[in-house]
Amino acid sequence: MSTHDNTPALVDDAQDRFANPGFPPHVPRRADVDESAANRASVQVVALFTLSALASIAFLVAYFVIDPELRGSIIGIGEVNLFHVVLGLTMGVSLLGIGLGAVHWAKTLMPDEEMVEQRHSLRSSDEDRQEVARQLSHGWRGSQLNRRTAILGSAGGALGLFALPLVVPVVAGLGPRPRDELYTTNWEPGLRLMIDPSGAPIRAADVTQGSVFHVMPEGWVGDEAFEVHGAEEAMASKSKDQVILVKLDPSIINSQKQRDWGYEGIVAYSKVCTHVGCPVALYEQQTHHLLCPCHQSTFDMTEDCKVIFGPAKRPLPQLPISVDDEGYLVAVDGFREPIGPSFFERERPGLLMEDES
Amino acid sequence: MSTTSHVPQGAHHLRGDDSGGEATTTVTVPPYSSDQGDKDAKFPKVIGPVDERTGLAAAMRFGLGKVFPDHWSFLLGEIAMYSMVICLITGTFLTLWFVPSMGHVTYDGSYVPLKGVGMSEAYASTLDISFEVKGGLLMRQLHHWAALFFVVGIALHAARVFFTGAFRKPREINWVIGVVLSLLAAIEGFAGYSLPDDLLSGTGIRAMNGFMMSAPIIGTWLTFFVFGGEFPGEMIIPRLYIAHVLLIPAILVGLFVAHLILIVLPKHTHYPGPGRTDDNVVGFPVMPVYAAKAGGFFFVVFGITALVSALVQINPVWVFGPYDPTQVTAGSQPDFYMWFSDGALRLLPGWLEFSLFGTVWSMNIFLGSLLLLPLVWLILGIYPFLEAWITGDRRDHHVLQRPRNAPVRTAIGMAAISMYLVLALACINDILAIKLGLSINDLTVLFRISFFVLPVIVYFVVKRLCLSLQRHDREKVLHGSETGRVVRTPEGRFFEVHEPLDAYERWPLVYYDTPRPIGETVGPASDQHGVRRPLAAAAGLRRALSSFYYKDSISAVTPAELAAAHQHGEHEALDGPEVAAAIEQHGAPVSEAPGDDYYRDGIKAGRHS
Repeated sequence: MSTHDNTPALVDDAQDRFANPGFPPHVPRRADVDESAANRASVQVVALFTLSALASIAFLVAYFVIDPELRGSIIGIGEVNLFHVVLGLTMGVSLLGIGLGAVHWAKTLMPDEEMVEQRHSLRSSDEDRQEVARQLSHGWRGSQLNRRTAILGSAGGALGLFALPLVVPVVAGLGPRPRDELYTTNWEPGLRLMIDPSGAPIRAADVTQGSVFHVMPEGWVGDEAFEVHGAEEAMASKSKDQVILVKLDPSIINSQKQRDWGYEGIVAYSKVCTHVGCPVALYEQQTHHLLCPCHQSTFDMTEDCKVIFGPAKRPLPQLPISVDDEGYLVAVDGFREPIGPSFFERERPGLLMEDES
Repeated sequence: MSTTSHVPQGAHHLRGDDSGGEATTTVTVPPYSSDQGDKDAKFPKVIGPVDERTGLAAAMRFGLGKVFPDHWSFLLGEIAMYSMVICLITGTFLTLWFVPSMGHVTYDGSYVPLKGVGMSEAYASTLDISFEVKGGLLMRQLHHWAALFFVVGIALHAARVFFTGAFRKPREINWVIGVVLSLLAAIEGFAGYSLPDDLLSGTGIRAMNGFMMSAPIIGTWLTFFVFGGEFPGEMIIPRLYIAHVLLIPAILVGLFVAHLILIVLPKHTHYPGPGRTDDNVVGFPVMPVYAAKAGGFFFVVFGITALVSALVQINPVWVFGPYDPTQVTAGSQPDFYMWFSDGALRLLPGWLEFSLFGTVWSMNIFLGSLLLLPLVWLILGIYPFLEAWITGDRRDHHVLQRPRNAPVRTAIGMAAISMYLVLALACINDILAIKLGLSINDLTVLFRISFFVLPVIVYFVVKRLCLSLQRHDREKVLHGSETGRVVRTPEGRFFEVHEPLDAYERWPLVYYDTPRPIGETVGPASDQHGVRRPLAAAAGLRRALSSFYYKDSISAVTPAELAAAHQHGEHEALDGPEVAAAIEQHGAPVSEAPGDDYYRDGIKAGRHS
């Protein structure tokens, strides 16, 4: 095995080794020695190819004959669209017939004696390498790059820069730079909290202990939001304005701030997970835990939505609420910190809005 | 032309049949007895005019005569290749109806439960493909299943290449191309299943938005540029679409062609077997056997994909509903090849996020997403070069290794797979918790611990298994295979007759060489006066790693050892069991050999005697 070394091998070469015994004698298959076995194999191959052709025709018939809505049930699977199943099965048989037929043909009737090809080192010959060296050198000198460094430098500079006019407009045009979008929501002082998607305001007196509401700001609820603001704004609003409203027994709330920002035990928190932004959709009424189904970050509602398990770091931001003169819940203010996933400039808005801070 | 001395000599003159006493290269070519060629075969007339203008015949001669070795594990890469082709075919079908737009429409199709519901055009057109276009659902299912088979095929193929050492010189470049292909396949898959804009895939995009934001310094800008503003915007689906149907497939196909060329150039590797060497390739020619088998296999893969697509539902987007950022379902998992990344996100604890000078560094997210993905593929990509550096092996290798004959590599590979599996399982921790009736918190903690502990256990177990299998091979060569025939001696003792292996059976068990740690070949670290040789830090590290790789290696049986064993065997037959018992004690018990010095000493002894 040492014959292909071109660096010192670490193999113990001194020891004697077994010699490669060469190819074992060829063992003929049945079809090689028994003509009737060969004929049988041939019939099998023809049968498979014929099956394929029949299945192709069956596919076409099914495509035009079967009602695409036809439903039926298959044992072990349940109710299915039979049109889809028949198309898939006939297509599968049509393809498998060809495949299995060809493989069976190759394995039974085609020659099964292995052939040998010699390998050759991929390395080019020394002549080739010498010639390449000469060509490169001639090219370099022939173009006078060795003498005229100004050409070299300017050509290098030009080639280094030409792509920028192509790349910069693409990259810079991709999106608006971030400004205040991540720090603001559509919550404003005095906006009513509306049940989504019904769009009903919430009277504080009607909220029973332990009830949970999914809430959006007034004017951003349901289909109306799409009609008034357009789909893009409405989707952005859904992504960041969503709030979960829960009425807790005020005595189990451990945080004074949480109690102050709520109203008689009714507290409102951003529903956007502070991990990667999934809606924190699961509220466990007994434990007062909020669980994000995406990555299982768990927030404790009695502890100002502090993280008690999972990959999130920060508590959910609380929305300060109160009631208006008619007794409906309203926002006292917007969120006082950015909602949703962390980002680099989160604690220093000035990095994004230098002109405004 | 004279050559300068520092240019390594080409190996041509060392190869071939005239290399003298080197036994490994004396290979007899099998007599091709059943030559079915027709002596009066005529060059097909149709090709004539084309050949005059293109030289096609020479290319055909090269192509049709190519020899490919046969082994089931070589089909894994073919599964990936054919699945890619199926994706291209079915994907083209889907583009004719899919509308990559986030524009808002109200659904008015034949799927009653969603009638009147507001949704994006992307989602609505996906529903139309599923319900209105005849055969559209079958194409969607074929596309999705083939995409999964594509990634599975790549993963299994990569594992085969890794564990058999097929990535070694001269195939390192092709390994790197394959690694890039697998990364692109995963990204392509992610982009693809994000397109329908259903609730599940939208949740995936929402998470992707969160990952990107976690990138230090550039995260916010990156996210706004990719999404064309704040989440969700109306740009992300069109952009993923063009990446999915044009940019990534173009690169995929281009690299795939390069991958194939680099398979053909050095010719395919083959498994060790009688007659197979590093200088030849043994297998079937393209015309007709390989063409029939490989071509037939394409239809087999396509056919099975069609059967699966007919019977097993995948990604029923109409069940999930349109994407709504305020909704999510429990049990939201990405396609399986993204599990490990999402699993890492579930395991990374929140305290990894910190603030520095008022800037936020979300390592709890960044490590598991933006860093983990490139990191995994970077490690994969550099592994061949790392191993070559550690082992100092710069030779060309065309005969594959059996995984047991590279115990440390096999153990490292299995340990890495175990880490991957822990992360992947962590991604379905909520499903597991329900199905197994366990606490999701306990499961998560268990996975956190397993990520660090399991690879270590797996490493040692697998390495020991490999060494045991190697010992088993030695045992088999030295004492033959068990026949099941029990013979009773005149004294009344019983023993089982072992039949010696013939040369053909023996060869795969003894062909391999046993590298030794660099430290052993370049001499001790201190000279005869006890002065430590100055050693660069890198060289020291290399020595340590080389020792880690090779110190336990078990060498193949040599003819001398076999002769010695046979001698013992004859004694055994002649002198009865007492001598046999004495001989058994002659060797050290296997359990005593942590470094397996027994075998190395045995070799030395064999050589001296």
